[in-house]
Amino acid sequence: MRPQETYNDQIVRLFLLAAAVWGIVGMAIGVYIAAEMAWPWFNLGVPWLTFSRLRPDHTFGVIFAFGGSALMGTCYYVVQRTGHTRLAFTALANCTFWGWQLGCILAMLTMPFGITQSKEYAEPEWFIDIAVAVVWVSFGIVFFGTIARRRIRHIYVANWYYGAFIIAVGLLHIVNNIALPVSLTKSYPVYSGAVDAMVQWWYGHNAVAFFLTAGFLGMMYYFVPRQAQQPLWSYRFSIVNFWALISVYMWAGPHHLLYTALPDWVQSVGMAFSLILLMPSWGSAANGLLTFNGSWHRLREDPAAKFMVLSLVFYAASTLEGSLMAIKTVNSLSHYTEWTIAHVHNGALGWVAMITIGSLYAMAPRALGQPAMYSRNAMELHFWLHTFGVLLYIFSMWTAGVTQGLMWRATSPDGSLAYPFIDSLIAIKWLYIVRWFSGVVILSGMVVMAWNLWHTAAAARARLVKPIPVPIPEPEPHQVPTPLPAY
Amino acid sequence: MAGGYKYFEAVEKNAMLLGVLTLVMVSLGGLAEITPLFVQAHAVTPAPGVKPYDALRLAGKDIYVREGCYLCHSQQIRALRFETQRYGPPSTAAESVYDRPFQWGSKRTGPDLSRIGGKYSDEWQHMHLLDPRKFVSDSNMPAYPWLEHATLDGEDIAARIRTLRTLGDPYTDADIAGAAKAVADKTELDALVAYLQGLGVANEPQSAGKEPAK
Repeated sequence: MRPQETYNDQIVRLFLLAAAVWGIVGMAIGVYIAAEMAWPWFNLGVPWLTFSRLRPDHTFGVIFAFGGSALMGTCYYVVQRTGHTRLAFTALANCTFWGWQLGCILAMLTMPFGITQSKEYAEPEWFIDIAVAVVWVSFGIVFFGTIARRRIRHIYVANWYYGAFIIAVGLLHIVNNIALPVSLTKSYPVYSGAVDAMVQWWYGHNAVAFFLTAGFLGMMYYFVPRQAQQPLWSYRFSIVNFWALISVYMWAGPHHLLYTALPDWVQSVGMAFSLILLMPSWGSAANGLLTFNGSWHRLREDPAAKFMVLSLVFYAASTLEGSLMAIKTVNSLSHYTEWTIAHVHNGALGWVAMITIGSLYAMAPRALGQPAMYSRNAMELHFWLHTFGVLLYIFSMWTAGVTQGLMWRATSPDGSLAYPFIDSLIAIKWLYIVRWFSGVVILSGMVVMAWNLWHTAAAARARLVKPIPVPIPEPEPHQVPTPLPAY
Repeated sequence: MAGGYKYFEAVEKNAMLLGVLTLVMVSLGGLAEITPLFVQAHAVTPAPGVKPYDALRLAGKDIYVREGCYLCHSQQIRALRFETQRYGPPSTAAESVYDRPFQWGSKRTGPDLSRIGGKYSDEWQHMHLLDPRKFVSDSNMPAYPWLEHATLDGEDIAARIRTLRTLGDPYTDADIAGAAKAVADKTELDALVAYLQGLGVANEPQSAGKEPAK
C-alpha cells in the first residue's frame, strides 16, 4: 500500500483563475472591436486600438488564452481522476502554467503593435511560437507522464481526446509556423501563395478540430457523465467517433478555399470529407445528449448541466452548419460574408464557451473544497444571459451574412450587378449594432461568473497558505469503463 | 462481447500504442493534401513576367500584412460570374507566388483588392487611407494616419530581401544593393500605395516588362 497521495489541484485552480480572467479580457476586446465595426470613430486614430490590429487579440485571447487555460486546467483535473493518480512532474506542470500565461501575454502585447505573422489564428511572431512550442511539449510530457503512472489500466475516453488534442495541435503549430526570421520582430513563412494557403487552412481548420473540438470533447466526456450522474450512453460509440473524428477532420481544411486558385481536386476532397465529418460530429453530440437520458430532471436543478446540454445542441447545430457551408454552392454564398462569423460564434460561444462554463461550474466547487458554487441564482442568470446573447449574436450575423451574399450576387434584368459594394455594408450596419449589444450581454454573463467564482473561492483564498488536500481513492478492482452500453 | 473488442482493448490499455495510432491518423490528411502541392510548387517555374516585389512594394506589402488589412479585404477572386463581374478575372496561383504569407483573406467587410491596382489615382489612395470617410461617407474602414509620418528603413528592407532570397525568391545582388536607395525619403504610406497600385497589374504573367500603373 502506497502512502496517501493527494491530487494536484493547485495547478487546476491556477488555470481556472486564468480562464476566468482571459475569458473576460478576450470577450471585452471582442465587444470593443464589434463597436469599431458599428461606429468606426472608436478606432480613435490610435494604431494599437485600430480594428485590424486588435482583432487577432480577440481571437487569440478567446481561443488560446481562455480556451487554452480551460483545456489545460480541465485536462490536469481529468487525467488525475480518471487514472487515480497524482499529476506527474509537479515542477514541469507549474512551468506549463506560467509558460502558457507568459506566451499569451507576450502574444497579446505584441500583436497590436504590428509584430505579427498575419496568419489567421497563428499571428504571434516566431519567438513566441518557439516559446509556445516548448510549453506545449512540456504539457504533453506532463499529460503522458501522468497517463504512464495511472493506476487504472483502461485509459478513459476523455484522455484520448486530450491526448489527440495535444499531439495534433503540436504538429499543426510547428508545421504551420515554420518561418525564417529577418529580425526579432519580423519573419517570412517558408511557404508562399497557394501552398501557404493550403498549409494555413489545414492549420486553421484543424485548430478548430483539435483545439476547439477534440479538447473540448475530452472535457465533455468527463464532465457530462459526472453531471448527469450516469455512465456514458455508449462507450463503444465513443470509440468509433474518436477514430472517425480525428482522421476525417484533418482532410477538411480546403473547404476554406473553395472556388479559389487552389487545385480543384483538393477542393473536392476537402468538401467530401467535410460532409463525412457530420457523422462523427453528430455521433459525439448524440452520445453526450443521450447520457442525460433518465436524468433530464437534473436540468431543473443544475445550471451546470443546463450549460452542458445546450452546448451539445449548439455543437450539433454548428457542425451541421459547417458541413452545409462546405458544400460548394452554399459556400459560394456564405464565403467572405458575416455568415462565417455567425458560424464561428455558433461554435465558439455556443459549443466551446458553454461546455467550458458548464465544466468550470462543475469543477470549481470540487477543486476549491466547497459543496457547491457560491450562488445558484447567479449561475441561472449567467445561463440566460449567455443563451440570449448567443442567439442574438447568431441571428444578427446570419441575417447580415445572407444579406451580403445575396446582394453581392444580385443582378439587374440586363445582367449587370444590382448593387455597388457599399450598399451591402449600409444594409447590414444596424446588425453590427445588434451584434455589439449581444456581445455586451454575453460579457456581462462572464462578469457574473467571475463574481460567483470569486466568492466560491473565498474559503480557499483564506487557506491559501495551506493547500486543500483531496485524497486519492484506491482503485476498485474491475473499475473499467464498461465497453458495452448499459442496457 | 464480440471478439473485435478484445483487440481494441490492447489500444485502450497501452498509452504508447494509442498515441502512435493517433499520430498516424492525424497525419494522413495533411500528407495527402499538402505534399502534392508542395512538390508541384517546387517543380513549376513561375509564369514568365511575374517578378518578386521590388523594394518599395515589398515594404508596402509588409505594411499591409502588419496592419492586418487581410482581416477585412480578400485578394482572391473566385471563379464565379458575379465575382468576375465585380472584380475582374479569377485569381490564379501565379499571382500570389511571392506572397509570404498569402493574402487571400477569408472575409470581405470591404471589397476584394486583388485587382485594385490602377483603379484609383495615387492621390485618392493616399487620402482614402488617411480618412476613408472623406470619399465614402458610409465606410466603416479605420483611418491609418500614422503611416503618413513613418519613414522606411532601407537597411531593414535590404535584410528582408536577403531573407526572401534565402527562401528561394529570385532576387539579384543589385536588388539588395539598391533597396536602401529605392525606399529613401519614402513614407510607409507611399509604400502601401505603391503596393496597392501594383495589385493585379505588376503580378500579372501577361504584363511582362510593363510598369505598374502610376
